[in-house]
Formats: sequence, structure tokens, C-alpha cells
Amino acid sequence: MTDLHNYDVVVVGAGGAGLRAAIEAHDQGARVAVVCKSLLGKAHTVMAEGGIAAAMGNLYPEDNWRVHFRDTMRGGKMLNHWRMAQLHAQEAPDRVRELEDWGALFDRTKDGLISQRDFGGHRFARLAHVGDRTGLELIRTLQQRAVALGIDVYMEHTITRLLTGPDGAISGAFGYRRVDGEFVAWQAPSVILATGGIGKSYVVTSNSWEYTGDGHSLALQAGASLVNMEFVQFHPTGMVWPISVKGILITESVRGEGGVLKNSEGRRFMFDYIPEFFRAETADTEEEADRWYDDHANNRRPPELLPRDEVARAINAEVKAGRGSPHGGVFLDIASRRSAEDIKRRLPSMYHQFKELAEVDITVEAMEVGPTCHYVMGGVEVDPESQAALVPGLFAAGEVSGGMHGSNRLGGNSLSDLLVFGKRAGTAAATHAKASMAASITQEALADAEQAALRPFEEKSGDNPYAVWHALQAAMNELVGIIRNADEVERALATIEELKAKKLSVTGGRAYNPGWHLALDLPNMLRVSECIAKAALERQESRGGHTRDEFPKPDAEWGKLNLICTLNDDRSGIALTRKPLPVMPPELAEIFEETL
Amino acid sequence: MSYEAKLRVWRGDADGGDLQDYTVTVNEGEVVLDVIHRLQATQAGDLAVRWNCKAGKCGSCSAEINGRPRLMCLTRMGDFQEDQVVTITPMRTFPVIRDLVTDVSFNYEKAAAIPPFTPKPREKDGTYRMQQIDVERSQEFRKCIECFLCQDTCHVIRDHEDNMPAFSGPRFLMRIAELDMHPLDTVDRKEFAQEQAGLGMCNITKCCTEVCPEGIHITDNALIPLKERVVDKKYDPLTWLGNTIRRRTP
Repeated sequence: MTDLHNYDVVVVGAGGAGLRAAIEAHDQGARVAVVCKSLLGKAHTVMAEGGIAAAMGNLYPEDNWRVHFRDTMRGGKMLNHWRMAQLHAQEAPDRVRELEDWGALFDRTKDGLISQRDFGGHRFARLAHVGDRTGLELIRTLQQRAVALGIDVYMEHTITRLLTGPDGAISGAFGYRRVDGEFVAWQAPSVILATGGIGKSYVVTSNSWEYTGDGHSLALQAGASLVNMEFVQFHPTGMVWPISVKGILITESVRGEGGVLKNSEGRRFMFDYIPEFFRAETADTEEEADRWYDDHANNRRPPELLPRDEVARAINAEVKAGRGSPHGGVFLDIASRRSAEDIKRRLPSMYHQFKELAEVDITVEAMEVGPTCHYVMGGVEVDPESQAALVPGLFAAGEVSGGMHGSNRLGGNSLSDLLVFGKRAGTAAATHAKASMAASITQEALADAEQAALRPFEEKSGDNPYAVWHALQAAMNELVGIIRNADEVERALATIEELKAKKLSVTGGRAYNPGWHLALDLPNMLRVSECIAKAALERQESRGGHTRDEFPKPDAEWGKLNLICTLNDDRSGIALTRKPLPVMPPELAEIFEETL
Repeated sequence: MSYEAKLRVWRGDADGGDLQDYTVTVNEGEVVLDVIHRLQATQAGDLAVRWNCKAGKCGSCSAEINGRPRLMCLTRMGDFQEDQVVTITPMRTFPVIRDLVTDVSFNYEKAAAIPPFTPKPREKDGTYRMQQIDVERSQEFRKCIECFLCQDTCHVIRDHEDNMPAFSGPRFLMRIAELDMHPLDTVDRKEFAQEQAGLGMCNITKCCTEVCPEGIHITDNALIPLKERVVDKKYDPLTWLGNTIRRRTP
């Protein structure tokens, strides 16, 4: 039997985007439920460290939305949906300010305003932050606001299916309660996906267990489309040692605060990897780069602060050339650049993390770092104003949506994305619900969803889901990683097909059974992995978070195309289509002609 | 470098359970959570455990390791001898759901009961102006990752379940202190702290501070100052006089 609830708007996910959407939908008068896989306040947003990008101009009055828009588009190698990038740059400052109304306490400037820090790809110091734990501040603020408003939160519930009516529009969502394994369904005309990313398909990742591509997969199955799935961001600086912590994030703020990358010969190698596209705005001597920290007006940015895709590829190349650190990374040195006191004050989490997990004192020694799967630029194809997907009543915000970041996301643009588009999705979902008839889910649909969820218990001779998961992670990590080629991606696709065919068996009962939970997450991971691999094979160029060995340069024709993933006709796999990029209006295109 | 570690893990549910022995491979640099995951993947697929970030940032994987409340992701296997049995049990203060997972809803109820943040209006230019030094006191408490280890260890509720309705525990007394010290907040929660959250039951034994994985000085910086403020308000003759006079004003 399934417990049934009625709401206007159901938000799937309780990270920054989900909570911001829920607050907005509530403020618009909708009855809102938030459904999340973990306890409230544990979502992956807590791991964001550096800050929220917003052109508030608190430190550099010459900063404004046009500069932020330009940085974002260039960082994404112009593949971003221009309208999303524009709305994001215009609305981010207000979204940051309202967090203060709800209790957030950002670090301050001398004038008492919200302080802003430098980050890769941003022309001005732009990231509102709290030390290096900005994500925690964001989630706690939104969590406390949602609790104060009395919004219903269904913690430790996992959605396994979106339900649609005969007209194809959303009628609700179905899932299970982790605590006892019982089924729950929410009838609602609007569902907002805010489920985050896909990192758990890779071995080395900064992502938490929740990042199994649920929202991407749910959207596909409901009839929506995904865009830009080949673009996966490998953050340049993950921990590499000890093995057990490999992939855990080291914030870009280390470089924003003056940290530099060195190879085994002690050389600041990033000066060797300045691409033509960014040459005019990047320092070419160590002296100029070091002066920039105090004087942005008369010096250019250090190459350590190039966009993440550039830095990750450079580190990869140094390690391949035999100039890596003992454990296969490179060195990130802040110890010789800033005082111990400054490091502890500005980067307290990093200090703590290395002390606890690696027994390294970052005020004395350099860190060993290497790329880690961090973020998927691709996601549900949405309308830029409303975040509406192709399926009526379905919305997506945050990492699960696509288009905003193009082929590569700038650091700091994720937290602002969550807030700007979380709010927009909340408004649109509430409006849609008001205009809709009451949703209704049929008993047949519930019975079918229940049966599908229980299948792993009935399968007696299937594979161990943990083993299948590890095989997928290995294939994606090795074959569809930071540098790709056709042979390897084809091999990954063959592995994915093999794994898709496997039947899964689980032991134990329905109450809080992680083996069962994994068995239900796995088809989602396989589906998004297939999207990533198929799109990566199709796109014959290198751009942002997609690098093809055989096609090392960006291609002007590919620069006009998006790749769209949908379920194929028999729903057994992914179909790919090419779609022209939306064209930027002339008044925005002008911004790229302006000299800096 | 690898070795076989002896683990004792509590398995069971609300109806009862016991410690079960396992032998699991441990590699260099691993933490308890890595070993629990390996146990799950190879021997006990249904072993219930909460975790999210595995980096000490989310506060999900709280448990008691050899009797001490700790995060599994920040407890290195290297802290133990290779032949030492490592015993992992769920947090004792909260009801067990299954294996290492407990029902922590007590904490969410206590959080919801606190009168919410209520700011003064923004400045004319639409901003709030605050000095770094003034935000730092509350910022320390906002480092809290809500692992609830302080709640688990606090003897007021650990040994006396009947105190739970009247006592919010160190995490939420600290939250009240945080709001009390917040430069923008306008609500007086001192009476709430004393009457509803049970501040008086805390006898500052500092157990909470000792187990905090974030190193927050819960007792010294939050609980003791909050007690002082409550006492000032309650017994300060000037405050009393002021209140009395104001009450007379029509």
C-alpha cells in the first residue's frame, strides 16, 4: 500500500536549489512538499566552499552584471544559453542580499558590506563567502528559513518515478521511505527537480552518495530532454592521497587567496598552458601575477585562476609528462605564499581537512592535488525564464538543469545558479499549479511503480549491486574521463550495455537497506552514463569539460550546436539529436566586442 | 600495507540486536567509514549507515567508536592498533532505526521550536552594515554541521531520557546563543532559553565541546555567555526597575 499526499508543488531535493524553490513556491501561496534522500541540511550544497558569485561591486565598484555575464559565457566557451547567463548575472546580487534577511552571516569588507573574493575566470573579486564553508552557510540559512515557514519536508525519501496523466502532464511523484521501505506518493500538478549531479558514476569524485543522476534519469523517463551531457567538469584540485580520500575537494579559494601550482621541478607550470582565448587577460610573468592580488586594475590574472577546464587539463598533462607529485598529482602551495595565521583564518576547512584526513599541515607543506569529477554542466533542457522542461508541470533547477554553464562552469556560479533559478522555478511551478486541475494518480500507476521498486528482492540469482556499480565507476573513470577518444568511449558504451542487461539481487528486508537503495539508484547512473558517453562520442571537438584526443581544438561549427538526449523509441536506451544554439541578441553580443 | 581488521558492529533494530564480528581488509590512510563501506559492499549489503560527504562537512556519519561519539569519516583506522578490535555502535541517546542509523527527529523538533531569526530593517541603501568582529561570534556557531554528537554525549539526556521534552541540548542552546549574538536579530529569546530549552539543566561539564568535530567552543563561547545573559536579565535590579517603570507608562 502506498501512502498518498496532496500538494500543489513537490520539490525533489533539499539542496540550495530545492530549498530556494520551495521557499518561493510557498511564498506564492502554493502547498509545498520537499522530498529528499538524506536528512535535511545534509545535501551536497554543504560541500561548496568558495562562495556565491554575484556582481555586487562591494570591492570593485566597476563590476556589474555585464562583466559577470561576459565572464560566465567565456568560461563556458560561449555554449551557454545566453538568456540563462544573463538572468543569472542580473539577479544573483539580490539573491545573495536576501540571504542576509534570513540570517546568513557573510564575511565583511572594512565598510561593513558583504566581502567578495577572487576566483578563476571572474574578472573582479565577486564571491560572497564565509571563510571556506559558504555552502554550509547557504544550506543552513535556507533550511532555517524553510523550517520557519513551516514547509513540509519528507526526509530520507527517494523518488523512483515521476507520474504523468493521460495528457502527458505531471500528476505527481512516487518513491519509498528509507526508514521502513514503505511506499509514498505525492499527487501534484507541479514537480521541481533539484536533485544535483551525477558524480557517483565515477570513482574519483568530490560528490556525495546522493549524486546518482536521479533527476536527469527521472526527467528522461517522463519524456523530457537533456542538453550538453558530454560536458563534465573535473575540478582541478581534488585530494590525491591517501587513496581513501582521493577526489575530496580542495577549494579554488586556495588559489584565489594566493596559492600556486607547481610541478615536481618546482616550476609554476600554469604559465606554460595559457590558451590563446584567454591570453589577453592572463599574466605571463610571475611578477605580474603576484602583483595582481593587490592591484587588479594594472595587472592581469595569474594563470592559476584560469577556468577550471584549463587548469585540470594542464595538471593532467604535467602528470602524464612525468612531472607529477609522488602520488600522481601536482603541488598546490599556499604555505610559502601566505602566513600561517592568514591561511588558518581564510581557509579553516582546508587546514582542518588536511590535518584530519592526510596528516598534512598546509601552513607548512604543499598539498598534493589532481583532477576530480565535480560537476555536470549538462542537464534537463529548460526554458530559461521558468525552468520548465518539455513535460508540462515539470521544472528543473540547479545542477540537474542544463544550459546555464555551457561547456564549463566557473567556480562560484553554482551557488548563485541555485538561488536564481531555484527562485524562478518556484514561481513558475506555483503559477502552473494554480492554473491546473487537481492532479490524480491512478491505482494502476502506483501498482506498477511498486512492482518495479520491489523487483530486486524477487531476483534470486542476480548480481551484487555494489559490484555492478564499481564496474560502471571504473569504466566511466578510465574511459570517459578528462581526456576522451572514440575507441575508449565505445568500449565504455559496450560496458554500459552489459551492465544494463544484468539483473540485480539484494539481501535483507525493506527497512533502511542500502543495498536495495543502490539497486534502485543504479539504473539512473547507467542512464546518465550512457548520455555522457554517447554525447562525448558524437561531439568531435574539444571545448570546456569535453576534451577529445583526436580533435584537440574547438570547432566553429560545433560551437553552434547543442546535443540533446532523449529516451529512444523502445525506451531501452538514449537517442541523440543535434540542435542549433539559441542566438544571442545584438545588444548582448556587443559586450564581447568591448575592450576590457 | 593492507591488513585484516577485526570489527564489531552493532546490528539490529528497535526490537533489539547485538554486536556482530567481522574481519575486513583495511588499506593505508583509510577511515572507519571506508571500512564500513567495504563491509557493506562485500559481506553485509544491507548494513544500514548514514553518510553523505565523507569529508567531515555534512555531519551524517555520527556513531560511537569504541564508546566514543565520533564521525566515522574523520576517524582514521591508523588511530587503532592493527590487532585491536574496533567496535562501532549507533549513537546511544537516540532511538535505533536499524544498525548504525538512529532516529534523530528529536533534534529537528527542537530546532523548529526556536523563535526564528527576525532582522531589523535594512539600511536606506538596501544593505546591512556589520563589522567582521561583530559577525565572528555567531559565525563560530554557524560552523556547526549538525552531527548531533554533542546531543548524543550530553549526560542531561544521554542518561535521562525523561529530560528530553524539557531540554534542547547543547546544539540548540548554542543556536539560541547564535541568534542572541547575531548583530541583526531583534527577538529576545532569554526566557525561551531558560523556560523552554532547559538552559538551567546544563551544568557546563564541557562534554559537548570535547566531542565537537568542528572544534566549536560550545560551552565557553555559547552556553556560559548565554547563562550569564539570562541571569543578568532575570536578576539585574536595574533591568527589573526599568521593566517595571516602562510597564506603568500608558
